[in-house]
Amino acid sequence: MSTPRIRLPASARIGDTVEIRTLIDHPMETGLRRDERGQPIARNMLIRFEARANGEQVFAADLANGASANPTLTFNLRATGEMSIETVWIAESGARFTARGRLTLRS
Amino acid sequence: MTILTRRRFTALASALAGASVLSPHVVRAQTRPRLVIIGGGFGGASAARFARLQFPQVDVTLIEPKTTFVTCPYGNLVLEGARTLPQISHSYDRLKARGVNLVHDWADAIDPATRTIRLRGGTALSYDKLILSPGIAIRWGALAGYDEAAAEVFPHAWVPGSGEQTTLLRRQLEALPDGGVFGMAIPANPFRCPPGPYERISMVASYLKKHKPRAKILALDAKEAFSKQNLFQDAWTELYPGLIEWVPSNRDGRVVRVDPREKVLETEFGTRHRVDVANVIPPQSAAKIAIDAGLANETGWVPVNPRTFEATRAQHIHVIGDANVGQPMPKSGYIANSTSKQAVASAVALLEGREPPASPVYFNTCYSHVADDYGISVVGVFRPGETGFVETPNSGGVSPRGPLAERREQRRLEALYADAWYASIVEDAFG
Repeated sequence: MSTPRIRLPASARIGDTVEIRTLIDHPMETGLRRDERGQPIARNMLIRFEARANGEQVFAADLANGASANPTLTFNLRATGEMSIETVWIAESGARFTARGRLTLRS
Repeated sequence: MTILTRRRFTALASALAGASVLSPHVVRAQTRPRLVIIGGGFGGASAARFARLQFPQVDVTLIEPKTTFVTCPYGNLVLEGARTLPQISHSYDRLKARGVNLVHDWADAIDPATRTIRLRGGTALSYDKLILSPGIAIRWGALAGYDEAAAEVFPHAWVPGSGEQTTLLRRQLEALPDGGVFGMAIPANPFRCPPGPYERISMVASYLKKHKPRAKILALDAKEAFSKQNLFQDAWTELYPGLIEWVPSNRDGRVVRVDPREKVLETEFGTRHRVDVANVIPPQSAAKIAIDAGLANETGWVPVNPRTFEATRAQHIHVIGDANVGQPMPKSGYIANSTSKQAVASAVALLEGREPPASPVYFNTCYSHVADDYGISVVGVFRPGETGFVETPNSGGVSPRGPLAERREQRRLEALYADAWYASIVEDAFG
């Protein structure tokens, strides 16, 4: 559970728009559902996603009850040079799930 | 072939040269109106049979290259060993005996403007109304690494042909070491036979449980949900615990590349799954002839009038079966059979200047086996809507859920009903 994944092209040219795909295994329980015995299922939500390139935030999203289980987010980024991409899913509990990728340049 | 007289042919070469002795107009004037059907699967064979039974005033010709049809339904039982290929192979002899003109040749091209079909054998055939039931084509290369050579290593076994692919996959299953991994790549919608991959998982599991109990199935899926999902998953838990791992797209199940040399299925987020045997069910489109004739839209499937099945892009061509845009109707043999009758009745009505039958209802019933004596089913009822097809509210449904201990008799009976369903639909198409 809570394994974050990231997929990005292995390389790009400066100025290219690259697609960054992210996915995390997470139940996204809202706390509103009940189990088979009628007991409430404890709330367990991710509430924020942040992406950084070379340490600088390039994309962020707030997540709420409407987000599906195993959420996936895809966003585009312009390649301005070699980039270390870091994505973080942040749970309501404060737990953080990080995935990293690297974009190299080609001529 | 003796049934086809010269009068029924127009040589395309001479027609193009402007030296035709008989123009299509003259041909039509001298004979009964000609209904031509391309494709002898469930759709085309049912259309031919229905036309012959209901409309003696038309001439019926069925173009189909093969002399024996191997069904997709029950193919998974052949894979498991519960059936043999001959048991799911059917000849066209009885249709011939009913007066259907059988032309065992490939229809290579359709010219909607001149209402002419070019056959691979070199002749051409003209039609007044065409029923096109060509089935699917595999989109080779749409899944990176999956071409015709790759299908000899990772069989699709999804287009039966003469059974070669099913036989190949069966041999691979027999050679799978106990403890080995049977991988599957399952495509996004739409594709032929929505419950098919899950019946296949079940029947492969049934084989493994009997012969290789330490082997495992890794089913990688480009979808998050599937047909009769609860029923299948209940059965997997009860019958095959620990044997099946199904990975949906939202857990990185979408296969984006296959490597037959390394025996690897690679998913969207770069996970490389090593397998011993893999069944790759690839992305599909309408068959080539429909696309070449300009009938398909950008999705690769053929949009049709939901009441007459006439292609929206060409007059006088009614497209039935898996090739059309039929959602929410499934791409199933039963839908092909059910809709073929409305398509034929509409084509003949239009030919005779009458209104097509007004309020058609299209039915679907699909049985799936999850074990030899365990069947489940889904029923759907559909009608034409404003632009497409609409599922009739509060109709149809699936087999009831419940623990096997309580449902054993129902599951056993549904496996028997499936056999009866198979016998009936084969009779209604080829009998």
